[in-house]
Amino acid sequence: MVRLEGVGLGYAGTPVLQGVSFGIAEGGFRWLLGPSGAGKTSLLRLLHLAVRPSAGRLELMGQDIGAARRARLPLLRRRIGMVFQDFRLLPHLSAFDNVALPLRLAGRPEGQVRVDTLELLGWVGLSRKLLSRPAEMSGGEQQRVAIARAVVARPLLLLADEPTGNLDEVQAGRLMQLLHELNRLGTTVVVATHNDALVARHPAHTLRLLDGHLVRDD
Amino acid sequence: MTRARAASRTLRPAGSDDLGLRRALSDRLLPLLVGAMAFLAALALAGAFAAAALARHWQDGAAAVLIVQVPQPDSPAADGAGPRVGRVLAALRGLDGIGAARVLPDQELAELLRPWLGAGPGAVALQLPAVIEVRLTGMPPADLGGRLRAAAPGTLVEAQDQWVGRLSVLARSLQACAALAIGIVGFVAVAVVAVATRAGLASRRDAIEIVHGLGATRGYIAGRFARRATMLAAVGGALGAAAAVPVLVGLAGLAQPFTGRDVPPDLADTLPGALWLALPALPLAAAAIGWATAQGTVRRWLRRLP
Repeated sequence: MVRLEGVGLGYAGTPVLQGVSFGIAEGGFRWLLGPSGAGKTSLLRLLHLAVRPSAGRLELMGQDIGAARRARLPLLRRRIGMVFQDFRLLPHLSAFDNVALPLRLAGRPEGQVRVDTLELLGWVGLSRKLLSRPAEMSGGEQQRVAIARAVVARPLLLLADEPTGNLDEVQAGRLMQLLHELNRLGTTVVVATHNDALVARHPAHTLRLLDGHLVRDD
Repeated sequence: MTRARAASRTLRPAGSDDLGLRRALSDRLLPLLVGAMAFLAALALAGAFAAAALARHWQDGAAAVLIVQVPQPDSPAADGAGPRVGRVLAALRGLDGIGAARVLPDQELAELLRPWLGAGPGAVALQLPAVIEVRLTGMPPADLGGRLRAAAPGTLVEAQDQWVGRLSVLARSLQACAALAIGIVGFVAVAVVAVATRAGLASRRDAIEIVHGLGATRGYIAGRFARRATMLAAVGGALGAAAAVPVLVGLAGLAQPFTGRDVPPDLADTLPGALWLALPALPLAAAAIGWATAQGTVRRWLRRLP
């Protein structure tokens, strides 16, 4: 599903990732750990196809991303779900429309869009906030909308950057339950976190970054 | 399902404004600017049609007539065979491009000269030349004057074709200026839409990056901008064209005494038919400019994203 061979990434000549190599089989689960500035978010951006690698080879879902045509990338992105640390919700859209967006971009029938979106918003406890805009919701509610948006299209690869940062213990537990359920159904999951307690409660394969280098893969 | 039905009554239509372009591309400034461009384009179009009509008028009227003056018309011709005016008439009738030729009767000539000579040429004992009005059916021979002078020395051919030609060049120049003005107006309209689109891209950068990350294609994002720009430009074009109509009708009324036409009974006849067809085309042209410019601008901007 995911394969990196000597991948490097730099912004304006400054390297943020260097010589990163690892692989994740389909249906795998990885915690992505490391201190702030270690390169976790940059690695997630690479895996989300928000940037292309400056060096090395990145392969996602059997596609060599460095060699793939630009027109091919949107179709790959639709199969990747991403939960951003800062949510990245569209402020002018309601919770419903934010969550429905990936389905609409994929051209799903509107009837299916409504059913799937309502079901997921109900699951994250936001049935009463369908028409609320992000500015009208708390941080935790916005994070739940972001999570619902990331998983509504049933992605093959799910990436999450500090997904429990604004959730209480109960909601964090429900989120982990959802991630494990998706993982059990075959979704490959990569979760970046600082939450050691969460990692201890849900032990799994770990990737650890330090200063842009992968220092642990076990 | 009940919840889905309830939601469908309150949720907005799919994809109505995913990128929030209602605010990013204002429905005030862009239509206003495009409307001003359409107004100017309508004036330039009217100028082009007026110049074309003038050119036709001059060519159909004055250019089709040639005036020949024969001094001492009743004197014998050079070869002695009849009066000079008769020889010139005979020479004209055999030439290419000459339709009809008639000698203006003395009474008509006297009437034409009354403003200058008062009671008539007889009163001041002037011997006037004969004036022959020649209707042309095509281009007369280049050496027409020489041939006529050979028949009756001193004969003058008034070279109306020369000044008509100059007026035609003037009319064509006016048409070219009008076309240039339309081109400049079109260029400014493109620039206005491009600047507005770039401003919209800058203000919606985050939203674009988000939908791009969710799998939106370049065509989808460019299409959203193009749809909005097309609608705003079409509205502006329609407003500009509509605002130009009363101005053009007023100008046509002012020009009425110079055209020799009677005042038309209804509004539809006030302006040329071609102009009535061109005015509704302005909103269509504005819409096309809006669509193409927004598509090009957004697709070029999106190259910065992977």
